[in-house]
Amino acid sequence: MNFNDLSSARPDLAFIAHWVPSNSHVLDVGCGDGVMMDYLQSDKQCSGYGIEIADDKVLDSTKRGVQVIQQDMENGLAIFGDNSFDTVLCLSSLQMMKHVEALLRDIVRVGKEAIVSFPNFAYWPHRVALLKGRMPVSESLPYEWYDTPNVRCATITDFRDLAAECGLEVIECVALAEGRRVSFLPNLRGDLAVFRLRKKATH
Amino acid sequence: MQFEQPLWLQSGASLHNYMLMYETYGTLNADKSNAVLVCHALNASHHVAGEYEGVPKSLGWWDNMVGPGKPLDTDKFFVIGINNLGSCFGSTGPMHVNPATGKPYGAAFPVVTVEDWVAAQARLADELGIKQFAAVMGGSLGGMQALAWSIMYPDRLRHCVVIASTAKLSAQNIAFNDVARQAILSDPDYHGGDFYEHGVVPKNGLRVARMVGHITYLSDDDMAEKFGRKLRDAAEAGAYKFDFGVDFEIESYLRYQGDKFSEYFDANTYLLITKALDYFDPARAHGGDLAKTLAATKAKFFLASFTTDWRFSPERSQEIVQALVTNRRKVTYAEIDAPHGHDAFLLEDPRYLNLVRAYYGQVWNEIKEAA
Repeated sequence: MNFNDLSSARPDLAFIAHWVPSNSHVLDVGCGDGVMMDYLQSDKQCSGYGIEIADDKVLDSTKRGVQVIQQDMENGLAIFGDNSFDTVLCLSSLQMMKHVEALLRDIVRVGKEAIVSFPNFAYWPHRVALLKGRMPVSESLPYEWYDTPNVRCATITDFRDLAAECGLEVIECVALAEGRRVSFLPNLRGDLAVFRLRKKATH
Repeated sequence: MQFEQPLWLQSGASLHNYMLMYETYGTLNADKSNAVLVCHALNASHHVAGEYEGVPKSLGWWDNMVGPGKPLDTDKFFVIGINNLGSCFGSTGPMHVNPATGKPYGAAFPVVTVEDWVAAQARLADELGIKQFAAVMGGSLGGMQALAWSIMYPDRLRHCVVIASTAKLSAQNIAFNDVARQAILSDPDYHGGDFYEHGVVPKNGLRVARMVGHITYLSDDDMAEKFGRKLRDAAEAGAYKFDFGVDFEIESYLRYQGDKFSEYFDANTYLLITKALDYFDPARAHGGDLAKTLAATKAKFFLASFTTDWRFSPERSQEIVQALVTNRRKVTYAEIDAPHGHDAFLLEDPRYLNLVRAYYGQVWNEIKEAA
């Protein structure tokens, strides 16, 4: 898979891929159909694994030649050693976790760097929906409240607090709208929050 | 295939002039890069797939996995099934004549290990001119052989496919095996292993051994669903018999399985194979450190376990996965949510079989790209 394929399939992933150095060892937590690892392996010579729980997505990833490990990431990343990856990705899946904080701490434990993305609940159409008295349903939150796999709702500002709480340094924080970077009023105009994080250096 | 050169075994003993039975499926390509070795588990053989002409009920033990168009597609791969030493399906075993005494080996057949089997398999590969397998594959005890291949001959396989297996038996596993062995050893018809010359078979011992083993292959849920507390003789309107015959369906089923098994399986083989299972522990040579043990491997790995398998549970496979990721080996691992316990690895399950098919699709792509 090349960059153009990734760009047209998943512009958000194409943006994030720029932050993953070539030849790095990567863990993609919640790798889905494996499209990101597929791209990183074939275009950036990265190595590593995807983690996925769903049978159909494990199959999709395997068909792509992605090394996928089937496990519930809710149970943490205990099989991986400290700092065993250059980059750990957790893209659009953290909001589905019950134990967000525990997983986030584990992600930065096993990775020298982490890239986390999640739907920004403060995106303006979501605010409008709430003002109208309805739970937001949009392209980035495409579920009704009663069948959503997203059990945690957060905004960019909220996540900054959690990152600080976990002792993480925010290297970059970007809001994307339809895969493009939003610089002006990001917490209002971005539907996807992307954080690049690492453990604060201990002195 | 007959081998003249002695095979030195882990125990220090050796086998001189032995025979290995094998079967092949598909066609070996010109550069001999499409060979897959399939290793068998406890009671199986070299007859992996297909049916012998004119022999009904002779379907290979992994026919749903191996064959034309099957997950391990013999239209693409050259598949070899091999019968291990000590077995009772044609390769040299305890029922054969010991050239040193002129009598059947019996209990004098040397105890063989998983590593011994793999060393013998490697000799067969030499004879067939296969320097490197596209994959070595096995389930359960067969998975142990595949794992041993990756450690002993890292350059001789590109992929290692380990299904429902473990890097070592637990105390509970060994305990079950020993109950099975005791059943055989204490059968008066066993005659210290020399029952062949007495013209008898320790059927009762074998039967109990198989019954115990069989329990460990099934899950509690599966047994509950298949048998529950159903009584054998429904005609008697649910009345207990108040004797020690067969009341429950499960008793009838296990006895039937035990009877069937004791008709065709060899008691000495059962002892040997359970011992090979017990002894398998490649990490023992590395102070129990499996990651260090697997540092020698070069293959890419595919592992699968089944959620209700309590004989070799998913945790056992996870230990292998953990040791492999520590070494940054390429590994794909699936945990199949199946109700059938350890036996699931032999059964029809589209999630499992499709995944193996997808994995072999990748193995095949590599062969095509290299050509």
